[in-house]
Amino acid sequence: MKMLCFASRNTKEMVRDKLNLMFGIGFPVVLLLLLTAIQANIPVELFSLDHLTPGVCVFGLSFVSLFAGLLISKDRGSSLVLRLFTSPMTGSDFIFGYTLPLVIVSLGQIALTVLVAVLLGLRQGFANILLLVVVLLPVVLLNIGLGLLFGTVLNDRQVGGICGALLTNLTAWLSGTWFDLKLVGGVFEAIANAFPFVHAVNAGRAALSGDCSAIFPDILWVIGYSVVIMLAAIIVFSRRMKSDWNGK
Amino acid sequence: MTSGIEIKGLTKRFSQNVAVDHLNLDIKGNSLFALLGVNGAGKTTLIKMLCCLSRPDEGDAFIHGKSIRSESMQVKKIINISPQETAIAPLLTVRENLEFSVGIYGHPHSECRALADGMINEMSLKEVEKKTARTLSGGWQRRLSIAMALITSPKVLFLDEPTLGLDVIARRELWNVIQSLRSRMTIILTTHYLEEAEAIADRIGIMAEGKLKAVGTADELRQMSGKQNFENAFIAIAKGEIR
Repeated sequence: MKMLCFASRNTKEMVRDKLNLMFGIGFPVVLLLLLTAIQANIPVELFSLDHLTPGVCVFGLSFVSLFAGLLISKDRGSSLVLRLFTSPMTGSDFIFGYTLPLVIVSLGQIALTVLVAVLLGLRQGFANILLLVVVLLPVVLLNIGLGLLFGTVLNDRQVGGICGALLTNLTAWLSGTWFDLKLVGGVFEAIANAFPFVHAVNAGRAALSGDCSAIFPDILWVIGYSVVIMLAAIIVFSRRMKSDWNGK
Repeated sequence: MTSGIEIKGLTKRFSQNVAVDHLNLDIKGNSLFALLGVNGAGKTTLIKMLCCLSRPDEGDAFIHGKSIRSESMQVKKIINISPQETAIAPLLTVRENLEFSVGIYGHPHSECRALADGMINEMSLKEVEKKTARTLSGGWQRRLSIAMALITSPKVLFLDEPTLGLDVIARRELWNVIQSLRSRMTIILTTHYLEEAEAIADRIGIMAEGKLKAVGTADELRQMSGKQNFENAFIAIAKGEIR
C-alpha cells in the first residue's frame, strides 16, 4: 500500500511535467514521422519502418533515464525527502515506488511509438510486435537503472546534462539507428559494440522480423548491462540515501 | 507524568566535532517543548536522531517507550515532521499532497480520502484544495506542509522553524493552530524567534555546543539567569554565563 501510494505520486509528478512529456513521448514520435517522410521520398533501407521502429523505441527510452534521474535528484534536493524518510517506508518501497511508474511510462512510450509506426504502414504481425516489446524490457530496466543511479549521485542540473544530453546522444550515435555503424567502422564501431545500445536495436529488429534466433547474442549484452546497472543503482541508492539522512 | 520522549546520553559526532554531547532530557507527553539555540548548537542533529534519520553514536532515546536505535520502524509510525523548508510534492494538488502523506504510512485509499477531508476542514484549506502545491503562496505552502505532518495523527510532532518567513498575521494564525494541538500530541518546536517560544511553549530547552544548557519554563529561565528580559536570559545561558 505504501509503495503503491508512493508510485502513484511519482507517476503524477512525471506525467504532469509537460517538458518531460514533450521530449520523452513527443520527440520520438516526431522523429518517426520525419524519417518516414524522408523514406517516402528517398528510399533508404535503414529508415524503413521495420528497421526504424526498434531504433526509435530504444532512443525514446533514453529519455526515461532523464525522467527517473530528475525525479529522484529533485526529491533529494528538497525537504520532501525528510518527510519521506521519516515515514515508515522501507528501502524496497522506495526502489519499487520509483521503478514501477517508470516501467509503466516506458511501456506507454513503446506502445505509442509502435502505434504510430503501424499507422504509418508497419506491416508486422501482432506476435512480432509483442516480441519486440518483450525484447525491449531489459532496455527499459537499463534506462531506469541509469536514471536511479544518476539521480542518486547527481543534482538535478547535472542529471539534465548527463541524462538529457550525454546519454541521449550516446544512444543516438552508438545505436546504429540513424546510420549503419559498418559505414564508419574501425574504432567507432568497436566502441559502439562495447555499449548496449546497438545490441538493443539489433535484438529489436530481429524480434520485429520474427527471427527469434537472431535476437541472440545481442539481447544477452543488454540483459548483462541491465542487471549490472540496476544492481549498482540499488546499492548506491541505498547507501547514498542513508548517508544523506545522516548529513554526512 | 506521561513521558512522551526520554533522551538518555544521546551523542552524535561528525569527525572530531561533537554535534550532540551526552544529552539527557525528558519531555512530558501532550506538551509543547521549544528547543532554542544559536546556529550550530546541535538542534537539527538532535531532531534528526529523534526522527530516526541519523543514528546516534552513543546513548538512546525513547519515543513513547520505543527506542530510536532498535525500534526505528515503530518510532516512525508514531512521529511526523514539518521540516524548515516546506516539504510538499510540487505538482500534486493540495488534496493529493494530503492523501499522499497519509498513504505512505500504509492507510487504505478510502481512509486517506476521509482523513484528507478532515484536515482540509481543520486547517482551512478548502479554498486551495484543488490547486497545485507549487502555485500556492509561501504561507499556504507552509500551512499545507504542517497539515501533511498532522494528518497521520502523530503522537510526537517535530516542527522545525514552522513560522520562518511568515508575516505577522500568518504567524499568529499558525501559533493558534499549534497551541490547539498540544492536548493531542507532544510537539517539539525549534525556532529562532524567542518570543514564539516564550508565547506558546510549555517548557523551553536551550542548547549550545551540543549540550543542553538549561531547561524550564520561560519564567524559570529568566529567574535562573537573573535577567528580566527573555532574550537577555537566552543570551546569558547560551553563552555559558550562567552555571
